[in-house]
Amino acid sequence: MTAAESHRLAAIPEVSTVLDDQSPEVPEIIRGTGHLPEMRVDPIGLFHRVRAECGDVGRFRLADKDVVLVSGAGANEVFFRAPDEQLDQAAAYPFMTPIFGKGVVFDASPEERQQMLKNQALRGDMMRGHARTIEAEIRRMVAGWGDEGEIDLLDFFAELTIYTTSACLIGKPFRDELDASFAQHYHELERGTDAIAYVDPYADIDSFRMRDAARGKLVALVQGIIERRKERGKVPREERDLLDVLISLDMSADHITGIFISMMFAGHHTSSGTASWAMIELLRHPDVLAEVVAELDALYADGTEVSFQALRSIPVLESALKETLRLHPPLVILMRLVREDFELLGRTIPAGTMLAASPRVSNRIEEDFPKAADFDPGRYIDPRQEDLQNRWTWIPFGAGRHRCVGNAFAMMQMKAIFSVVLRDFTFEAAQSLDSYQDDFTKMVIQLKQPCRVKYRRRAGR
Amino acid sequence: MRVVADTTLCQGHQLCQGEAPDVFGFDEDKDVVVVLDERPDESRRKDVATAVKYCPAFALSIEDE
Repeated sequence: MTAAESHRLAAIPEVSTVLDDQSPEVPEIIRGTGHLPEMRVDPIGLFHRVRAECGDVGRFRLADKDVVLVSGAGANEVFFRAPDEQLDQAAAYPFMTPIFGKGVVFDASPEERQQMLKNQALRGDMMRGHARTIEAEIRRMVAGWGDEGEIDLLDFFAELTIYTTSACLIGKPFRDELDASFAQHYHELERGTDAIAYVDPYADIDSFRMRDAARGKLVALVQGIIERRKERGKVPREERDLLDVLISLDMSADHITGIFISMMFAGHHTSSGTASWAMIELLRHPDVLAEVVAELDALYADGTEVSFQALRSIPVLESALKETLRLHPPLVILMRLVREDFELLGRTIPAGTMLAASPRVSNRIEEDFPKAADFDPGRYIDPRQEDLQNRWTWIPFGAGRHRCVGNAFAMMQMKAIFSVVLRDFTFEAAQSLDSYQDDFTKMVIQLKQPCRVKYRRRAGR
Repeated sequence: MRVVADTTLCQGHQLCQGEAPDVFGFDEDKDVVVVLDERPDESRRKDVATAVKYCPAFALSIEDE
């Protein structure tokens, strides 16, 4: 960035520094990178401090880039409405390229996304089939459970969501070739999202070596499936899935794996984390849990199928899920690279700057969400509707042109999961309720392990 | 009530048509929602409110006049 450009940012306050970027505890490769060392250990503290010290528009520094972090409805709306030509999403996430592999697109434009939606898996009229698939996958996961036992939330939901996303987005034949090892390698990929990638996504560090080894193992698994498909020969059209289509296009196993990784990425750790946190919040709030269980028992008393009801209103459960998403948004920061000078509330953000919004910060703005730190599903009941009333600050799914295209799918999946598990089992914490915490040291946030809960089969189920 | 659709936000999920097909239509060429009845009768409020609530793009709203 030129001196003139830095000068143009001078009107935007910069947040204080609490972790000296030359400190001996900072890995050498990111010494002198401004706030990067802090973002790598305590991103939530950093993003909240930007709003506390600088207001709706503040900035911090990641190596050679200034990041302007906005919050509040006015600034968020400008951020989320901006066209891709001005604010580029792909360039803002350098840690994703080695995961998807070179040549695999990071994200489609809104126009392409709309086309994909029209033609493919997330279309409204495909949802009924997905709901059936998801219900079957959950039942398959709990089929091995005894009358009582213990699970690790991260292991359980990370594996389940590998099966649901692969079955719904790629196809059931492909999903049926997978076992827990695919989920394990996929998890190692997600762990390879250290913010050190903002300096060098291929740096010689443990988590990147594990990431690259895990990607190699996934390619090998997919290669094996491809070879079995080739030996098997052609099957009737209705038995084919996306893998058959990509094989027929003569794509390499590496490229196909990259496409699958990228297709599954947005729906995997996000859904897995949300299901885990919903369970934890319900255990922390037994009154809400009791209301949810009573609601589900009443809804399903007449034998209604989960795959039917999950697509319809389940108001108490939905409110608990929305409140979980507000407090624990799976993505804590959404970033864009400014391609052309960008006007934001009377300030010009020069090309080359990063612009960001934080669901974690905006979702907890006290003026929009009174007692913002409290878990209160009552926020979503008429007439409060704090999600609809705060469209630009209630942003667990983002907002605007890039609002998560899978959000209806995700909500349906959550409703199906809790419909099955809460009707057949009761749950209790297997560790202190305060000890369930996120690990924020990677850009993909996941629960810290152990995160165990006990289950017990309900009488008569 | 007045029904408002922001077509710059609509992602073409078409869920609103399931809730209130007399109020929401679809422009097949542009792949976006079309409001067929901007001022529906008050008796339609429940379905329209459901469509607004479940719109995956948050593209719909009801403005009370």
